[in-house]
Amino acid sequence: MALTGVLRPGHIVLRVLDLDEAVRHYTQVIGLFETGRDDEGRVFLKAWDENDHHSVVLREAEQAGMDYFGWKVDSEQTLDDLAVKLEASGLVSDTRWAPEGEQLLTGRRFQFTIPTGHRMEIYATKKTLGCMTGYDNPDPWPDGLRGMAPSRFDHALLYGRDIDANLTLFRDVLGFNLTEQVVGPDRKFLIGVFLTCSNKAHDIAFIRSDEDNRLHHASFILGGWHEVLHAADIISKRDVSLDIGPTRHGITRGETIYFFDPSGNRNEVFSGGYIWYPDRPVITWHDTEIGRAIFYHDRKLNEAFLNVTT
Amino acid sequence: MPRISMLDTGETYQCRDGETVLAGMERLGRAGIPVGCRGGGCGVCKIRVISGEYDGRKMSRACITREEEEAGLVLACRVVPRFDLQVEIVGGMRKCIMKHAPHHDQ
Repeated sequence: MALTGVLRPGHIVLRVLDLDEAVRHYTQVIGLFETGRDDEGRVFLKAWDENDHHSVVLREAEQAGMDYFGWKVDSEQTLDDLAVKLEASGLVSDTRWAPEGEQLLTGRRFQFTIPTGHRMEIYATKKTLGCMTGYDNPDPWPDGLRGMAPSRFDHALLYGRDIDANLTLFRDVLGFNLTEQVVGPDRKFLIGVFLTCSNKAHDIAFIRSDEDNRLHHASFILGGWHEVLHAADIISKRDVSLDIGPTRHGITRGETIYFFDPSGNRNEVFSGGYIWYPDRPVITWHDTEIGRAIFYHDRKLNEAFLNVTT
Repeated sequence: MPRISMLDTGETYQCRDGETVLAGMERLGRAGIPVGCRGGGCGVCKIRVISGEYDGRKMSRACITREEEEAGLVLACRVVPRFDLQVEIVGGMRKCIMKHAPHHDQ
């Protein structure tokens, strides 16, 4: 098996101001499915094509934003090995083992804070529910879909200060690869890094900002441009707070639309991109072309898109 | 229908019953209060209510502290005017992307 170590984004835990309103948004507008609730009242959700019990967790809180982001690794042995490597790296802080079951139907997890202040964790085991089409002679999509109906939670973009240290952590310790970068004048420093643990254009991205531990967006993948346009119709039909789109990114080539959940956390649904292989050179975007890098059609920056975070 | 007066710009507009201060401004194509997430989470539409009564919905504590809320500071996306309001714009689109070299490189 060529894809080992950290396999993929496993879950994102989001803070919301009103739980019922958030559940309506994530189930009816985005079209995830509620799979459980825990004693603390947190709500667990998954997309139709996901095998595991949950990929999104919602927690009612006094402020919006992200509690933590979880990565699934390929085995319990890898989990132990990576925990040792993370501790030894000196790049993470506040490390902790969370016991099995502390997160609903999830095995033990190793938690840590990355240089930009975001809380992350790795785990190897989670109860599986199976995708909604099953795995024997499956249909291409199940009945009973609603809303935008993404097939999976795909990635997040996070803002913070020391993205150089994040790059070292994810590339040299966790085995990610840099797919694309945004560089400042004369390539002197990094403005943004796009990283994959698999062969996607990105599984996580970081933008250099003057404040740590900020969430820019949580993203879900759709089947194509037409589905992105359909999502745009749903956004207007249901009077959802639109950020920007439909449009295309230069970075990652994604076809995209951005909107906000009822607590102000930004969501994206997107399609496209490319398959990344380890022999593919890193794509570099220069600050002089940042408009087309971010929005390939408009070719200009959007203040709200750049600066609104939770 | 309650009327909103923005002290900064001198502009006034009417909100529909039940509509937030920010939604009314956006629907009429007016400008002034910065527009962000519209969900009480990001804080860019922060205003001070100088006079008038309103009903407020939950706002992120990262944006409005308890003391600020008691002093009449609110997010325009989360307040529905009961009667005419006089407001002052406090928030803004703070540029947070760092397009200059980090300190340790300087």
